[in-house]
Amino acid sequence: MNKDIEKIVKQVCESNGQNKTKMMNIVTSLQERLGGLSGDVMDLIAKQTKVHRVEVESIVSFYSFLSKTPKGKIVIRLCNDIVDKMQGGEAVRKAFCDELGVKIGGTTPDGNMTLEETPCIGMCDQAPAALVNDVVFTYLSTDKAREIVRELKKHGDPKKIPHRLGDGNNAHDLVRSMVHNGIRKKGPVIFSDYEAESGLKKALAMSPVEVIREVKIARLRGRGGAGFPTGMKWEFTRGAEGTQKFVICNADEGEPGTFKDRVILTEKYDLLFEGMTIGGYAIGSDTGILYLRGEYLYLKAFLEEMLEDRRKKGLLGKDILHKKGFHFDIHIQIGAGAYICGEETSLISSCEGLRGDPKTRPPFPAQKGYLGCPTTVNNVETFCCVARIMDRGATWFAEIGSKGSPSTKLLSVSGDCSGPGVYEFPFGIKVRDLLKEVGAEDVQAVLIGGPSGQIIGPSDFERTICYDDLPTGGSIVIFNQERNILEVVKEYMDFFVEESCGYCTPCRVGNVLLRNGIENIIEGKGEPKDLDYLKELGESVKVTSRCGLGQTSPNPVLTTLKNFRGVYEKLVKKDEKGFQPTFDAKRAVGDAEKVAGRASVHY
Amino acid sequence: MEKPKVATASLAGCFGCHMSVLDIDERILKLVELIRFDKSPINDIKEFTGRCLVGLIEGGCCNDENVHVLRNFREHCDILISLGDCAVNGGVPAMRNGIPLRECLEEAYLNGPTVYNPKKIIPNDKEIPLCLDKVYPCHHVVKIDYFLPGCPPSADTIWETLVALLNNKPLDLPYELIKYD
Amino acid sequence: MGQTIKFTIDGTEVNGRPGQTIMEAADEAGVYIPRLCYLKELTPHGSCRVCTVIVNGRPQTACTQPIADGMTVENNTPELLEHRKNLVDMLFVEGNHFCMFCEKSGNCELQAMAYRLGILAPKYPFMFPTCEVDASHPDIFIDRNRCILCGRCVQASKDLDGKHVFDFVGRGVHKKIAVDAEAKLVDTDADVRDKAAEVCPVGAILKKHIGFSVPIGKRLYDQKPIGSEIEEKKMTKVKS
Repeated sequence: MNKDIEKIVKQVCESNGQNKTKMMNIVTSLQERLGGLSGDVMDLIAKQTKVHRVEVESIVSFYSFLSKTPKGKIVIRLCNDIVDKMQGGEAVRKAFCDELGVKIGGTTPDGNMTLEETPCIGMCDQAPAALVNDVVFTYLSTDKAREIVRELKKHGDPKKIPHRLGDGNNAHDLVRSMVHNGIRKKGPVIFSDYEAESGLKKALAMSPVEVIREVKIARLRGRGGAGFPTGMKWEFTRGAEGTQKFVICNADEGEPGTFKDRVILTEKYDLLFEGMTIGGYAIGSDTGILYLRGEYLYLKAFLEEMLEDRRKKGLLGKDILHKKGFHFDIHIQIGAGAYICGEETSLISSCEGLRGDPKTRPPFPAQKGYLGCPTTVNNVETFCCVARIMDRGATWFAEIGSKGSPSTKLLSVSGDCSGPGVYEFPFGIKVRDLLKEVGAEDVQAVLIGGPSGQIIGPSDFERTICYDDLPTGGSIVIFNQERNILEVVKEYMDFFVEESCGYCTPCRVGNVLLRNGIENIIEGKGEPKDLDYLKELGESVKVTSRCGLGQTSPNPVLTTLKNFRGVYEKLVKKDEKGFQPTFDAKRAVGDAEKVAGRASVHY
Repeated sequence: MEKPKVATASLAGCFGCHMSVLDIDERILKLVELIRFDKSPINDIKEFTGRCLVGLIEGGCCNDENVHVLRNFREHCDILISLGDCAVNGGVPAMRNGIPLRECLEEAYLNGPTVYNPKKIIPNDKEIPLCLDKVYPCHHVVKIDYFLPGCPPSADTIWETLVALLNNKPLDLPYELIKYD
Repeated sequence: MGQTIKFTIDGTEVNGRPGQTIMEAADEAGVYIPRLCYLKELTPHGSCRVCTVIVNGRPQTACTQPIADGMTVENNTPELLEHRKNLVDMLFVEGNHFCMFCEKSGNCELQAMAYRLGILAPKYPFMFPTCEVDASHPDIFIDRNRCILCGRCVQASKDLDGKHVFDFVGRGVHKKIAVDAEAKLVDTDADVRDKAAEVCPVGAILKKHIGFSVPIGKRLYDQKPIGSEIEEKKMTKVKS
């Protein structure tokens, strides 16, 4: 192996203490510096960290930002979310391909630039968007795409490409991003003015048990989507045996159409860190981890600086706010492109330096989580809520929103509406009212809770957004009458096929079968019986899958089969001759016609 | 009353499943009392004489003629049965499915270790059916009503199936008769 | 003997011990819960999902779920039978399972499960993936066409052999078994005496030189369905 490379690998491994649990840092850092992790590099990492080489390969092959084959120094990752496509993403893709002279997945002949597609990067309200290394480009057009490539060809530095800076902290020296926050509606909980650290101060004046009791009285439920009662989770973690405990913040918002955590991380990071610190106090932990999705790498330096600032102020570190014996600090763990890592046990696996496979439950993270220690994993918004509950009290919090779903919810709204962005609404808002507020007209369908949620039509617009009716982690995508609903479904199934970890049978195989079934129907090869087939298959995937991904991935199919039955029925037709419409004889014999140089006498 | 008719065909198969039909031994006498064979290699009738109750298909579809024959069977038979593993899942011929067609032909006629072909000719007469891009199980091409796996399915399996179908009874094979080898 | 945990499977009372999973307690009681990836000597992997049962109304895998007093478990229901068939069908169409020339035929747990469930053909279209075969090792070969990603070899190598010959690479449909070398098994420390060479439920990892040694009719599942050995326990118990 090249001596320089060897030196770099050793250096990176050593700076991570040759610790295999720091594997994510090692491999992401080497990917960035070397452009790829060849067999030799993996061998050396294995030697340095005292693991087997196949373990390293297992990780490298799991995350989409890592690769064995070398990529260009510049990697352009074009977001291929359906919302981006609705805003002209296809033309942008073509412009990138033309200008670079490569296809998706290709690297320019000089080895400098690689063009890839990637699922939702959390910019749906400013689509089409792309990541160029860690620099985000939003509102792309074909002209901008060409300009980006030309600039890169000139100086090779994505940071130097001229761009206007976004609002708020997006313009901060450590961010300098064109991303804009798009806060469209401020509510009383997350986006209201508040006195910094007042929640933490009040929490530290109580006992940890009292803090948890307050969170329980507030009836706070997880904001990531699953809605597990936070107080209960903390109580379990606090009560679990173990001297070392961990607080993890799930900032891996990967659900297509979600971007509200990005805005919190940019503008309300202090509220988040305050909430995490309260969490540490409540469960008896001295270590917090912020698991930041790889797509938000552009915020890392900024967030680290903000953490440092808190340390200086005595808000992190030893004896926080002079509370004797309460020590707590937070570090950032970066992800590397895997939706599944938003699932809490996968996220823990990833933090441990492993593939992002979900873990077997039980034991639950509260009993045995990160490195086998009791761990609580909560969403970004959830921690912010905690800080507000401590400040204003459980009663105040619980009085906002609807009966079963206290307080507000941040909604990331995108798609066909005049006001895409982040909205803070009290729970219990009717879909119809929401649509009016965001400027959506002529609506055919609304995706509530991302593809793992439901796709509803106008007959459900009187329903309300809350845990008991239409729950959501925040993703709201609007489709007008011009959109092809089945194309939407297919796009989302493509996403799940791509993002399934492959651990369990139903999710690994079933999603492919569902996707193919939808594709057949779109292509006019579907028959009426296929609708029952898809329903049964979807049910099996839901019932038997191992984690939340597979338990919800059939939802785009199942909810449209229910809510848009007519769309399907119009497309399916029984083949009266008993032939399989999916079999295309002409296509199947095409290769042979070419090879033999003659036409089939039959087809 | 006219006896119900049964037709059979061997597509990309080895005729082993047809051998297994004959393996029902003396029961074949009983069978011809119950049915009349229509288009089949067993009696060498080349074309359908009319509508058939049952069609037994051995082998999957490896070429355009197989597809033509199979579709013809589907159009003429009330009940179509995939007989044997090749019909059910492509079987041995489907081993080529991961390999591009040109490579398959070159391996078979030019490069294979046992090939003697001094003129380097890949047969390409217009009478030779054209291969499909891969070998398709029958139910990928037409609707199949029943599947009898096995390589071949045993004579007992075939007998039990025909008797059940001819008597309008549900097909419920016992454990010993479900075999994939 | 310690405390007894009482729960029911399909309405029949079963007694287990603290710390047991549903699968372990059921096996001892002579109740067979269909399974594929599970192997007694290994930590349950819970990946095939065939042992999915309904526990107090919620689906759980019997191999990973601990028993609890008063728990109701549904195992032999028409819905679960259908799900299990679907899972086995998925495994069949996902790979290239050609039993007619597989050495494992007759002793294969996937095939046996399909027999037991009465599957005549998978209901899903075959995917015919292209998979790598590795015959580099003098005594062991890997045929990934037949792999069902149960993880037994990975775990056996790690936990029983003290090695790490196998692991998973890739994700989703691209997930596959890899060996601890650039490419070939022969470059690893795999040995034919390893437990990892024995535990494969299908014909994906086989020992060379011993193929087809048991005649048809005498193979493991030729006469009796998979799971009979567990169900027979119950019969003897009832008789005695």
